[in-house]
Amino acid sequence: MAAILEARGLWKSFGDFDALKGVDFTLNAGELVFVIGPSGSGKSTMLRCFNRLEEPTDGSVMFEGVDLMNRSVDINLMRRRLGMVFQQFNLYPHLTARDNVTLALRKVLGKSRAEANEIAEAMLDRVGLGDKADSHPGALSGGQQQRVAIARALALEPSVMLFDEPTSALDPELVGSVLQVMQQLREAGMTMVVVSHEMRFARAAADRVIFMADGEILEEGTPDKIFGAPEHARTREFMQEIGQ
Amino acid sequence: MSTAPEAGTWAHFIETFFRPDLIDQYAGAIGKGVIVTCEIAVLVVICGLALGMLLAIVRAYRIRALSLIIVGLVDLLRSLPPLVIILLLYFGLPTVGLTLSGFFVLWLVLTLVLAAFAEEIFWAGILSVRKGQWEAARSTGLGFNQCLIYVVVPQAIRMTVAPLTNRTIAITKNTALGTVIGVGEILNEASTAQSFSGSATPLMMGAIAYILLFIPVVIVGRWIETRFQWRRA
Ligand SMILES: Nc1ncnc2c1ncn2[C@@H]1O[C@H](COP(=O)(O)OP(=O)(O)OP(=O)(O)O)[C@@H](O)[C@H]1O
Ligand SMILES: [Mg+2]
Repeated sequence: MAAILEARGLWKSFGDFDALKGVDFTLNAGELVFVIGPSGSGKSTMLRCFNRLEEPTDGSVMFEGVDLMNRSVDINLMRRRLGMVFQQFNLYPHLTARDNVTLALRKVLGKSRAEANEIAEAMLDRVGLGDKADSHPGALSGGQQQRVAIARALALEPSVMLFDEPTSALDPELVGSVLQVMQQLREAGMTMVVVSHEMRFARAAADRVIFMADGEILEEGTPDKIFGAPEHARTREFMQEIGQ
Repeated sequence: MSTAPEAGTWAHFIETFFRPDLIDQYAGAIGKGVIVTCEIAVLVVICGLALGMLLAIVRAYRIRALSLIIVGLVDLLRSLPPLVIILLLYFGLPTVGLTLSGFFVLWLVLTLVLAAFAEEIFWAGILSVRKGQWEAARSTGLGFNQCLIYVVVPQAIRMTVAPLTNRTIAITKNTALGTVIGVGEILNEASTAQSFSGSATPLMMGAIAYILLFIPVVIVGRWIETRFQWRRA
């Protein structure tokens, strides 16, 4: 298997606090990697270093064979290949669902409005929201908003999708619709990194589970191993806390 | 000229504020004043809001020196009464060899004052756009400028329509200050007519002209406010 994303010695300090302490992470094409760990363990920070939303203090990130830390790399062009979905959806409230999806298509990829609209409608269809293209985010439920956010990222044809707690801000009854879309993506062969507490989804869909604590990866393995027979005491402790 | 008090207070009131012959006589002059006031008002609103927006956007780049200069100028303009600046420029500059028309000075000062207030309001609007908006936009590959133009500024404008409208109306009414430097706007025409005729009728005509001019602006402002309200996602 070929590594599509590879971080080496990833370090991130906020002032004199170290949020990431030399993380090594490899993501192979077609894989779904699940990231779990206590609050503040650096899960979001790691994801955000992958597309340099957060500037790593040290270490390297190779994505599709390109060194993202290299100053001469056009990070904006790389970012669109690394789709990101946020806990708070972060849809643009002044734009319709369609225009949320088309903005980057038009402004980053330079597509015409007609072409972008066509892609947007196909993507909204794909997440089950073909009939909501003209709605503003404020008129959509949380689950629908998050699916629009997924469509917005997918439209740019990313090779990797990063999900940072995509269902944590949702009412329980809306979680399923978002997980279903993620499951479909998985089946379509998308490479994904998912930070989430949805352990049932992890068991069903993850190839690998990573446990993080205090800015480090403490343990990783198949879902069966991490959930069934964790080696590390911290991992066992965490599993007990979340009731696994 | 004078009416006997026993003719009734109503007649007296009409005689004071609505003398038909004076209305006829000065309608033309007040009409000219309305046009001048409109010209200055439109120029001030367009230039003031555009300049204020531009300054707020410049501040978004957080270049320390530039931001300091902008904040300094803005605070200065916000703390000085516009009349003081108008008098200073109109009567002060000729002594250093620069003579500006009253129209130009009035336009310049009101534009700068509106820009100062608008900058502060826009800037607050830009700051109130949540960080997640920037992050989502950047994560799709939009650059800083694109993010600012297509994501942040449109939201900032929508959030600031109400205070901006109020401030714009308040400052535009200051066109009446032009009367002290001989700009032929409504108040100037009305008070000139008042001193010639000795009647308050032209002043009442001026007041009515202001009402006719600004009521629609207030209504449009209110309409824009409701138009631009959208539920925050
Ligand atoms: N911009 C920042 N400035 C200062 N400290 C930060 C910043 N971002 C994150 N941190 C700190 O870094 C640590 C890791 O944060 P991070 O958000 O990556 O944790 P997390 O594992 O995603 O937690 P959660 O499950 O609560 O989302 C935390 O202690 C956090 O307070
Ligand atoms: Mg997090």
